[in-house]
Amino acid sequence: MGEMDTLKKEADGLKTQIETARKAVNDTTMAAVASGVAAAPRIQLKNRKTLKGHLAKIYGLHWSADNRHMVSASQDGKLLIWDTYTGNKVYAVPLKSSWVMSCSMAPSGNLVASGGLDNMCTIVNIKAASPKTIRELDAHEGYLSHSRFLNDSEILTASGDTTCCLWDLETGKQKVVYKSHVGDCMCLAMSPDQNTFISGACDSSAKLWDIRDGGCKQTFIGHTSDINAIAFFPSGTAIITGSDDCTLKMYDLRADQEVNGYQDAALNAGVTSVSLSSSGRLVFAGYDNFNCNIWDSLKAEKVGVLSGHDNRVSCIGVPDDGLGICTGSWDSFLKIWN
Amino acid sequence: MSSKMPSSNNVTQARRTVQQLKIEASIERIKVSKASADLMHYCGEHAKYDPLLMGIPASENPFKDKKPCAIL
Repeated sequence: MGEMDTLKKEADGLKTQIETARKAVNDTTMAAVASGVAAAPRIQLKNRKTLKGHLAKIYGLHWSADNRHMVSASQDGKLLIWDTYTGNKVYAVPLKSSWVMSCSMAPSGNLVASGGLDNMCTIVNIKAASPKTIRELDAHEGYLSHSRFLNDSEILTASGDTTCCLWDLETGKQKVVYKSHVGDCMCLAMSPDQNTFISGACDSSAKLWDIRDGGCKQTFIGHTSDINAIAFFPSGTAIITGSDDCTLKMYDLRADQEVNGYQDAALNAGVTSVSLSSSGRLVFAGYDNFNCNIWDSLKAEKVGVLSGHDNRVSCIGVPDDGLGICTGSWDSFLKIWN
Repeated sequence: MSSKMPSSNNVTQARRTVQQLKIEASIERIKVSKASADLMHYCGEHAKYDPLLMGIPASENPFKDKKPCAIL
């Protein structure tokens, strides 16, 4: 067992080295730096639309790049594509497996993806004469928790098998496998420049990956439970994570550490979902307690709440133009607020 | 990690962990003061274009239900 002991000592030494290096640049807190900034205003958003149509819990939603259409996934076994300006359903895609956990739409608007306890990511062309499954991506050994298209020929997936994967949609095969997490991967988000992505997992860590070479560049620790939600700050230089430990954290990529935390002693519910307003100043977080809290990202103060759902808020999203926010819930409804 | 894994797999896994930690230990880090200031600056520069922060005039709100106009 000599080599194992040596390796363990080496690993512990490196972890200490990393912590020391992080402390060395930890010369202040975001709270101190932001004390001179005016507080964000109290945010009171109105529920402009309620999208009704799903018959069971909603598990995922994703805005189209056109800022108007959206795909949602429910364990009623359907994906619905909505025109959010009118509230009308444009397409309905029946799923082979109703145990869906996530959905996404390609930037082109041509393709949608879904997956869940079937361990597969199913790609459907919604612009065909009637929605047509074009690929079933079938190599993960655990559930599919999240997916995001880079374009019509590449998609990133996160899985309960602890890996993330980049797939080639022309061949249906894995191009790159991202291995480093030691717990189920629950969420992922792409950087604005599409060169890197971040993942959150049940090992309480978030990781930054190089999309093309598959390498893990940085690991962010501090959460004490599963990370269910993750998002990039719009500058691409920081990330926000939401966890079952009832907190959100902001990690700065260049300082390589946590720079802000969003929590409340009274809040006793896990964070399920997170999305930011277009300037990054507002953090919208969905919780198990049926609400969505709005946080000032700089001062870490609660500045508003979205209440209206009768069950857990499971997913949340702000379209690219920042004109609204959509919440999806286990109560089977989607609500749009601004 | 399964305790049923043969010991050679444990060693391979431990070597990979050390390799990964070496990569993460070697990156350059900037000061939290600079990182925070840059994030604040970004928010400040983009605040006026942030509809959820600034509010949206009814005429420009695509989600607001429009009342029908009667042509008299």
